[in-house]
Formats: sequence, C-alpha cells, structure tokens
Amino acid sequence: MTDTLTPGFADPVADAQACFRAVLDALAHPGRIRPVPPVEAPAPLCPAAAAVVLTLVDHETPLWVDPAAAAASGWITFHTGAATGEQARAAFAFALTLPDLALLPAGSDEAPDNSATVIVQVQSLERGARFELSGPGLRESAPLAVEGLPTDFADRWAANHALFPRGVDLLLCTGNQVAALPRSVTVRNA
Amino acid sequence: MAYVAVKGGETAIDAAHAWLNEERRGDASVPELSVAQIEGQLGRAVDRTMAEGSLYDRELAALAVKQTAGDLIEAIFLLRAYRTTLPRFGYSLPLETASMQIARRISAVFKDLPGGQVLGPTHDYTHRLLDFSLLDPGAAASAPRAEPDRSAMPRVPDILGQEGLMEADGEAAGEPGDLTREPLRFPAERDVRLQALARGDEGFVLGLGYSTQRGYGGTHPFAGEIRMGEVAVEILPPELGFAIDIGDIVLTECQMVNQFKGSKTAPPQFTRGYGLVFGFNERKAMSMALVDRAMRATELGEDVTAPAQNVEFVLYHSDNIEATGFVEHLKLPHYVDFQSELQNVRRMRAEQQRVVERKEAAE
Amino acid sequence: MTAETADPDPARRRWMSVLARAGAAEIEAGLAMCGPLPPHTVIRGPEGGLVMVRGRIGGGGGPFNLGEMTVTRCTVRTADGRVGHAYVAGRDARQAELAALTDALMQHPDWTDRLERTVVGPLAAVQEAAKADRAAKAAGTKVQFFAMQTTR
Repeated sequence: MTDTLTPGFADPVADAQACFRAVLDALAHPGRIRPVPPVEAPAPLCPAAAAVVLTLVDHETPLWVDPAAAAASGWITFHTGAATGEQARAAFAFALTLPDLALLPAGSDEAPDNSATVIVQVQSLERGARFELSGPGLRESAPLAVEGLPTDFADRWAANHALFPRGVDLLLCTGNQVAALPRSVTVRNA
Repeated sequence: MAYVAVKGGETAIDAAHAWLNEERRGDASVPELSVAQIEGQLGRAVDRTMAEGSLYDRELAALAVKQTAGDLIEAIFLLRAYRTTLPRFGYSLPLETASMQIARRISAVFKDLPGGQVLGPTHDYTHRLLDFSLLDPGAAASAPRAEPDRSAMPRVPDILGQEGLMEADGEAAGEPGDLTREPLRFPAERDVRLQALARGDEGFVLGLGYSTQRGYGGTHPFAGEIRMGEVAVEILPPELGFAIDIGDIVLTECQMVNQFKGSKTAPPQFTRGYGLVFGFNERKAMSMALVDRAMRATELGEDVTAPAQNVEFVLYHSDNIEATGFVEHLKLPHYVDFQSELQNVRRMRAEQQRVVERKEAAE
Repeated sequence: MTAETADPDPARRRWMSVLARAGAAEIEAGLAMCGPLPPHTVIRGPEGGLVMVRGRIGGGGGPFNLGEMTVTRCTVRTADGRVGHAYVAGRDARQAELAALTDALMQHPDWTDRLERTVVGPLAAVQEAAKADRAAKAAGTKVQFFAMQTTR
C-alpha cells in the first residue's frame, strides 16, 4: 500500500480552506458549480472528490467507501486518518455511483446533524440529465445537469428530502468541480 | 442575563495590554527569564500547567507560564485554547505504568516491598526552612549515583492481588468516553470521572480529597503506592500496522488502598482509588485517588452523603477553566441587569415608606 | 510494548523509537557524516497535531483518556520508492522530517549499516546512557533499612 502513496494538497492549510469555502458556497447555493484546488488524486478518484475528502474527512469522522473505490482507501486513510467502516455509522460516504441513501445515517429530529454527507463522483456537471432545483438558497429555481446519477434520481431524492430536518446532504464531484444538494432542496426532472 | 454592547474602550484596552506586557517583563535592569529557564527551573509549575491544561508539552507550558507571569490558571487556559487549533492524529495505546522508568516509588503499606522504596527528588524530608543561599546564584547541584539493582518493581496492587485480597482492575468496557468530544452526561462512568479529575483543579481536588479524610464520606485510605517516572507512549499508525514509540512522558501515579467490608456480591477485601497525572505532582495524584474512590460509593453499595461522593457535584465544579469563566464573567458589564435591579429596590423601598407613613398617619 | 501481537518488525520499531527521542540537530549531525543523501519527496507533513494519551483504570484495567500530547508527523519517499514515516513527540518539524527520511533510508540495504553506525547506533547509546544515569540517581535514593533491621 505505502509505495503507491501520493501527496495530498500542496499547501494543506490554504488549499483545505479554499476547498471548504467552495463546498460551503456550493451548499449555500444549490446547483452552483464551484472549482476546488487541485490535488494529485489516486485512481479512481477525480481531483475534486479527492480534494473534498481531504478537506472534510478526518480521524474523527467515520467514512464509508464504495467498494468500487477501494483502490483509493489506502490514500484516504493515510491522509485523513479516517476509520473506514460500515455504511450505517458513516459521517461521510464516498461513492462512484449513488448509494442507497436510506442506508446512510439521516440523523434524528433532536440532532439532524448526526447524518451523513455523501460525496458522489459523477461523469459531468455540464452534460447529462437535467434537473430543476428549488428551495432555501434559491430565489428562483436553478438548473443542474448531471451525467452519472441513476435515472430515478429525482424520486430517490424526494424520499430523502421528505425526511427533513433529517436526511443526507449530497456533494457531486467531477474533474475539479463540486456542486451540492443539501437535504432542504427540491429536485424535479426538467 | 443581558449584556450591553458598549464601544469606546479600545484605547484603554490597548493601554492595559501594554502595561500588562511591561508588568510581565518587570524591572528592565534584571535579565529576562527564558522559556528554557522556566521549563528547567520551575518544573512543578510546568507540570501543573500541563496536567490541568490537559496537554503534555513542556516548552508550551513553560511559555504559557512566562506569558501569564506565573498565573497558572491563565496559563492552563492558554494551553486549552492552543490545543483546539490542532488536529488529533489518534489515541495512544493504554499506558503501561508498570514498566515506568522509576524516579520515585514509595509505599506506605509495605516497608520491604519488592524493588524497594525509592525516594526520588522529594521535598518530603526537607525542613521547610527558607534556604537563603538561593538568594545568590550558586554552583549546579549534583545528586549521588548508585548502582541500580535491576530488581523488578511490581505494582503494589499486583502484590496484594496475588492473595485475592485486592479488587482487580476490571476489564475494558469498550471505547472510553472523552470529555473533549462529548458533553458530560450522568451517570458518568469511571473512565470519564478519571479524565475529569486528571484535568481538574488541583486545589479543588485536594480540598475534596481532604474532606473525605475528615469524615465527609470517608473510608480509611492508605497510600498503597506512589510512583513517578517516565513512561513510553505508543501509538499504532494505520499506515504502519504496528505500534511505535513516539517518546516518553513523566507521570505520577497513586494507588490509594481502602478497606471494604464487602457487599452481597463481593467478599471483604481492599478496594482502590486511582490517580494518574501528567508530570511530577504527587499531591494531585493522591487527591485524585481519594476522590476517585469516594465517587465509587454507588458502585460499591455505600451511601452517598458527602460532597466528594456526589459525582455531579464533583465533575461540574472540578474544571478550573469553566469555573474561572463563570466566576470572572461577573466583571463584564451588567449595566442593564443592574438598572432593573436598582429600579426594583427603589420601588420596594418606596412601598415600604408608604406603609410606614400610612401607619404613622393612622396612629 | 504490546504483548498480544507478534512483533512484525522489531528492528524498524527500535530505530523509529530512537529517532523519536532524538533532537533534530543530533540526527542531522549523524546524517551529515554519511555523505550526500538521495533526494526525497515529502508525501505528508511535517505537520503538528495531537495524540490523546490513554491511561488504564486502576493502572491495569480498561482505558481512559488522560490528556493530549503534541506530536509531529512526516512521511517521505526516497527516489527508489521507499517510504519512511515518523511520529515524534513535540513540535519539531525538522526532527520529524529527518526521522522519516532516516526511516526510509534504513529500509534500504545499502544504507542500513552506514546509518546504524553514524545515526541510530550513536543516538541509541546516548539515550541509553541518559536512562542509566537517571536509574543510578534513583538508586541513590533507594532506602536501605539498616537501622530498622538491627533494632528490631
């Protein structure tokens, strides 16, 4: 494992702060696409997914990694110190295809923050299925195109949205870009 | 409670800080203290700052002592604040105090215990007379050396444990609680209680320990063993897959032994209170062990009658940073609060006056 | 020491423990005697952080969180692909990087003996001597109950 290790952020503090800001902007403005600082990502992670994982995940946030992305687990563990474990206890989940959101922690009504943040790597945030987003943070409905989500995504998201204030938040990563769907947002097929 | 935002103090505050710095430096004709001097020559202040700051780093603790001109609670506050800026890499493996490199090890219950009584650098036998020779710089002192006999120094509980007269240490019950991550909840288990005591205020823990000796919930304690010295810290980094030493820390440990009459489930035996603190601080380790034992009252089927046995009382008041925050916040402007109190008192006074006047008029 | 698991790499554990207790200047002085070192890339750190130190309830029971300590860690890779790690108590970034570099080189057969002679061996000897001196001071304060035995 150790001989495949590559570095994390070039400037760990400044890059992590810039990436955190990008994620914050993305969550505050659902559908807005934000660039993140570059990172030499290990396969099969895209740079944005690698950057978001480095920024958000640490030793004290249990992480679930999609078995399809297992090749990058060593890199993730090395740089974040996160314990990778079961889906049902994850604070963060990383996947190459949308996992069953119902299997991830949705928090409780008293502590809705005890829920998972799901980082999904997609093929594109420019091409693909078109959605219309509305809800908090959006004065008017906003468009979002995603290639790499399941065809019934809008229905799956509706089930998650219905749990509010419980539910998971979704970060979509591709290339060096990130977009976010907080649990509060409504997603319609456009 | 209400606070009023008031502006206009900036200049006064800047001047106060400047004066604080001048005060800390003191007489400029006297050489300035270096952090290394504090680290080397005010070791007990450094130890206390690390223990209650809950951060083992001698240089940082010495810096905090310098910065606060020796106000140790303020220094502890600085260490607590500093640690919040750092990521946590992980947890050590549980320390093996049994393999401590002993600098001091005494027992008040066995004179001829295996490994012997090692006094170490103790004040115990000094006459507590001021040493006026220290007014002038002197030559470096040097301690005599002797050939170590390399005999094992078993822990006293293990010696009595062989006879079955000492309660066992007990088994691990999963991940221990962590006060720095989760808020205090009751009933608090012994792992959390020990963490709170280890970082608790020395004076508070000493006072409570003393209270148990004076009859407030006391059992008759013996200092089974006190040991001080260096212990290796090991961690298990996932990228290595095996445990490595990262260095040594100085610890003081106390095993306080108490007679126990027995209960429905346990035979008559000795029970123990446990103390473990960063650095060389025997007073704190002993006090901690007394209070640890007192807080086990419910577990051992004893009546909870005294402050030291009251887990909530002890844990809610042992932290000197929380305590100083709440006591000292009274300095903050309470102008509006006080205005309303003032009006209240004036109104009550006026009412009382009217009652008196009416009475006089009636007479 | 952890008794439960067989020790997978006692030699490496030893040199890592020696390097963790050595000052940056000491390691640097030893390395300087080895001639030019192969270039290395830092993969992680050196970065400062904390380790929560755990005690045992009663001294031998279940774990409890005693308090934290400062730790600096670093991981480097040498040109031939060997990865060296360091976790050292305290806040000396230079020490952590040099310890990680030494750890990487020590795994290389060409370097093991040379570095053992100039870096690890001498540092271990210094540390052993300091430890022995502390033990001798402690032994000097060991009570010999002569009087008690003769008057009893």
